[in-house]
Amino acid sequence: MKELRLMKGNEALAEAAIRAGTDAYFGYPITPQSEIIEYLMHENPVDRTGMVVLQAESEIAAINMVYGAAACGKKAMTSSSSPGISLKQEGLSYIAGAELPCLVANIVRGGPGLGTIQPSQSDYFQAVKGGGHGDYKLIVLAPATVQETVDFVKLGYELAFKYRNPVMILSDGIIGQMMEKVELFEQMPRENKDYDWATTGKKPGKDSVIVTSLQLKSEDQEKVNLRLQEKYREIEKNEVMYETYDCEDAEYLFAAFGSCARITRKAMEMARKKGIKVGLVRPISLYPFPTDAIYELGSKVKGILSVEMNAGQMVEDVKLAVNGKTKVEHFGRFGGVIPSPEEILNALETKIIGG
Amino acid sequence: MSENLTKPENQVYKKTDVLTDKVMHYCPGCGHGTAHRMLAEVIDELGVQEETIGVAPVGCSVLAYYYFDVDMQEAAHGRATAVATGIKRVFPEKYVFTYQGDGDLAAIGTAETIHACNRGENILIVFINNGIYGMTGGQMAPTTLPGMKSSTSPRGREVETMGNPLKITEMVATLPGTHFVTRQAVHTPANVRKTKRALKKALEYQKENKGTCFVEIVSNCPSGWKMTPVQSNKWMEENMFPFYPLGDIKVPQ
Amino acid sequence: MTEEIIIAGFGGQGVLSMGQILCYSGVMQNKEVSWMPSYGPEMRGGTANCTAIISDDMISSPVLNEFDTAIVLNQPSMDKFEDSVKPGGLLIYERNGMTRKPKRTDINICAIEAYDTSVKMNNTKIFNMIVVGGFLKIKPILELDNVLKGLKKVLPERYHKLIPLNEEAIKKGMEIIEVEHKL
Repeated sequence: MKELRLMKGNEALAEAAIRAGTDAYFGYPITPQSEIIEYLMHENPVDRTGMVVLQAESEIAAINMVYGAAACGKKAMTSSSSPGISLKQEGLSYIAGAELPCLVANIVRGGPGLGTIQPSQSDYFQAVKGGGHGDYKLIVLAPATVQETVDFVKLGYELAFKYRNPVMILSDGIIGQMMEKVELFEQMPRENKDYDWATTGKKPGKDSVIVTSLQLKSEDQEKVNLRLQEKYREIEKNEVMYETYDCEDAEYLFAAFGSCARITRKAMEMARKKGIKVGLVRPISLYPFPTDAIYELGSKVKGILSVEMNAGQMVEDVKLAVNGKTKVEHFGRFGGVIPSPEEILNALETKIIGG
Repeated sequence: MSENLTKPENQVYKKTDVLTDKVMHYCPGCGHGTAHRMLAEVIDELGVQEETIGVAPVGCSVLAYYYFDVDMQEAAHGRATAVATGIKRVFPEKYVFTYQGDGDLAAIGTAETIHACNRGENILIVFINNGIYGMTGGQMAPTTLPGMKSSTSPRGREVETMGNPLKITEMVATLPGTHFVTRQAVHTPANVRKTKRALKKALEYQKENKGTCFVEIVSNCPSGWKMTPVQSNKWMEENMFPFYPLGDIKVPQ
Repeated sequence: MTEEIIIAGFGGQGVLSMGQILCYSGVMQNKEVSWMPSYGPEMRGGTANCTAIISDDMISSPVLNEFDTAIVLNQPSMDKFEDSVKPGGLLIYERNGMTRKPKRTDINICAIEAYDTSVKMNNTKIFNMIVVGGFLKIKPILELDNVLKGLKKVLPERYHKLIPLNEEAIKKGMEIIEVEHKL
């Protein structure tokens, strides 16, 4: 019998972190994701698995603690919400530059600035385009359910270690705060692997391990960049994830990710009842983006509406994907306002069908 | 072929194996090289080279990982003690040290420094205080003395507008997490020996999980101060030491 | 079957846990469920609400504008959510503290005096379970056995001794709910 629980997204993420064999979590409280560190502190996983949980003095310190632990070859993670994730960007750039694996969860809230604590998807650009300085990418996974949040913790570590690259779970206040049925995977052991790239203490007769993102010569830094780009092409080839709903006979298409894809699905059901043949494509990996799939789907429909809880971010990637083949419009509510299925349907009718 | 003049029986000094053979990039007369050597000798003498992980800062000692022959990580500017916390928490049995300058530790990294010390992380923090940003070309540091000239205080540091120099070592000494806090120098043989003793004590305390050990080394910066090495050491004695007096600030009871 | 419910009232009335209990009971009955709280600044002592969805099918949106049932436990909540009930849907309101009656004529309306009843039962903490009972009387979508199993999941073990009291409260709620307007 599999273990079925009713859990909040944030709590489920925290439990999944323990079960995935995380060695260390470093975090700082911020709404709407504080349940993650609260749950961890309450569970006291040092007794369950030996996992370290530490409340850092800032989001900046937390991501740099992740850097330190990740460079030791450990499964390290942090989580935050938008303003806190902005503070982590420097550290993320260093982690990407030093090619270290780690897991970061962003339970997005409305911005800019201090913004609002309500759910939003306005950190899409920041997540998928790099976010900090320099040419780098995070692998970005966008869960639409509590179950996916749990599954992506496990998958996130797999990808992070496979590519030695930071992985971000881009969730939002809806998925973080809502409760759903969730099936938890069994406790995985904490690994004690001695990676040759990790600082574990110098081995006799071997060179010491240096973890750095610094190169003194521009030619050497270019080599690093070329290697990174090669890695990103590999990720783009292997790790694209998306889902489609009712696309077989679709004349129109919704594109939406995360929680917004669920609201959009409701709008799709309403549209179908009215006889509008509309499908939905839900990118699951936001980087790598399902460019080819959206091109294929886009070639068969009269128009695509990108529905987002932001002022129009993923729509740019959708437009790049279809490359002018079909009309692409954006509909969004932002600043923490959640669009209703009714207004999404209305936007389809006015911007795509009637437009 | 010239005859090899060095014979083992005549050897009075040998570079420790914990330093690599890489030629250091530090300016002539700078204290970094000596400070590196003392720390490396201590690691050697304690026999913990294979259990030591160091963290290099951003600043003149950014390339410290080329010189210490131990596993090392390069931290973002100011974040060395956070990085060291990450290491020590997953490897509590290893010896972990940070090696940071005044800009890194006492300006951009103040929060990380204070909180690592306040948590009593079992790490060694080596703090090189030369009162100036050496790497970027001699700008004002948090520890630049009142009236002291730098490229961003060309008329001398005016405390009314530029603030006062920060005695962060005295600050961290007040925190319950620190176990041993001392201020040393490496400009004379006697001071070098004292510094080495302090570093050794600090690593021994780390083995006993006593808390944060914080060793400040007041140093010179001939290039940044625009002096000869000899002049800079004299200036340091006359100006830096009165403001940053040498000696133990917090010793274990 | 899909039942989309909004439950709203003051913080401290057990609004959020009512939704959780209904959802956990749904899990016990092999239903799909989702529970979404309002988590704005209003959760600090003001009004609180949650959306609970119980369905035989996969649930799409966990956030809704229209509901099959609205359970409103104070006047601000009635003002906010009366209009959100789908035509033909159900509004349940707690009589205590209300300053007006519902205005809608195109929905079913039920009233409950859960607060007074809980006072008579010497335990105002079971207020929300009386309301749950009232709701389940009108919409018997969950079996009492599964609700009790759900309660066991929601309540920490040290409170399991209170389950018989909660059962009593649910049954009381089933008895006292009054239908005010039936379509």
